[in-house]
Amino acid sequence: MKISVQRQDFDAGAEIRALSRDPKVGAVASFVGVVREVAMMLEHYPGMTEREIGRIVEEAGTRWKVMDCTVIHRHGELKPTDQIVLVAVASAHRGDAFAACEFIMDYLKTRAPFWKKERTALGARWVEARASDDAAAERWQPRIAEPKKVG
Amino acid sequence: MKVKLLFFAGLREQLGVAGEDIELPEGVGTVAALRSHLAKRGGAWREALAEGRLVRMSVNQDMANPSAALRAGDEVAFFPPVTGG
Repeated sequence: MKISVQRQDFDAGAEIRALSRDPKVGAVASFVGVVREVAMMLEHYPGMTEREIGRIVEEAGTRWKVMDCTVIHRHGELKPTDQIVLVAVASAHRGDAFAACEFIMDYLKTRAPFWKKERTALGARWVEARASDDAAAERWQPRIAEPKKVG
Repeated sequence: MKVKLLFFAGLREQLGVAGEDIELPEGVGTVAALRSHLAKRGGAWREALAEGRLVRMSVNQDMANPSAALRAGDEVAFFPPVTGG
């Protein structure tokens, strides 16, 4: 498992290849987040960020058969088309790899302590958290079973 | 008891401070009590930490509920809902 919070860019291809070396790996699912349209500064909480990502990855490992995983998240100044985040999950089969990758990404957006400040033409502004991101993470919660009817 | 405070992102800017060490008075033993204790400073503090404002809190780098107990030496952080990814 590799977790890195860093200023510098990353090579997604090299990271994915590094996850494919074990001959038991049959699938690597990956996601790359990219800065869209507006330049931004990404602030984070050093120490807690790495811990929180570690916990999310650990939880993914309890739900799916994850053989290895790499999460890289950048911070600092970023401009449109820059890569922000990479989540790559290695597994024996694609089902586990796809699901774990999406789960990690959804939770990362709602739990890892990062904050985006957009540099717009009208000045800098902090991005507001979105309810749709919370909803995306919540759909992974186990559904509560319908209570059994008595009699 | 003494605790270390940290503030991040918009909250840090609004308060004009990234962190401080403070001595807690008797009776301030939870995250929620600390939040209202700080809000009593008035001005930007009252505004930023008012009830109803979405503020997330962590203790020793773990997300914390308002009822979480504080111990001497804890690192307590206040920040807005996160927007990474």
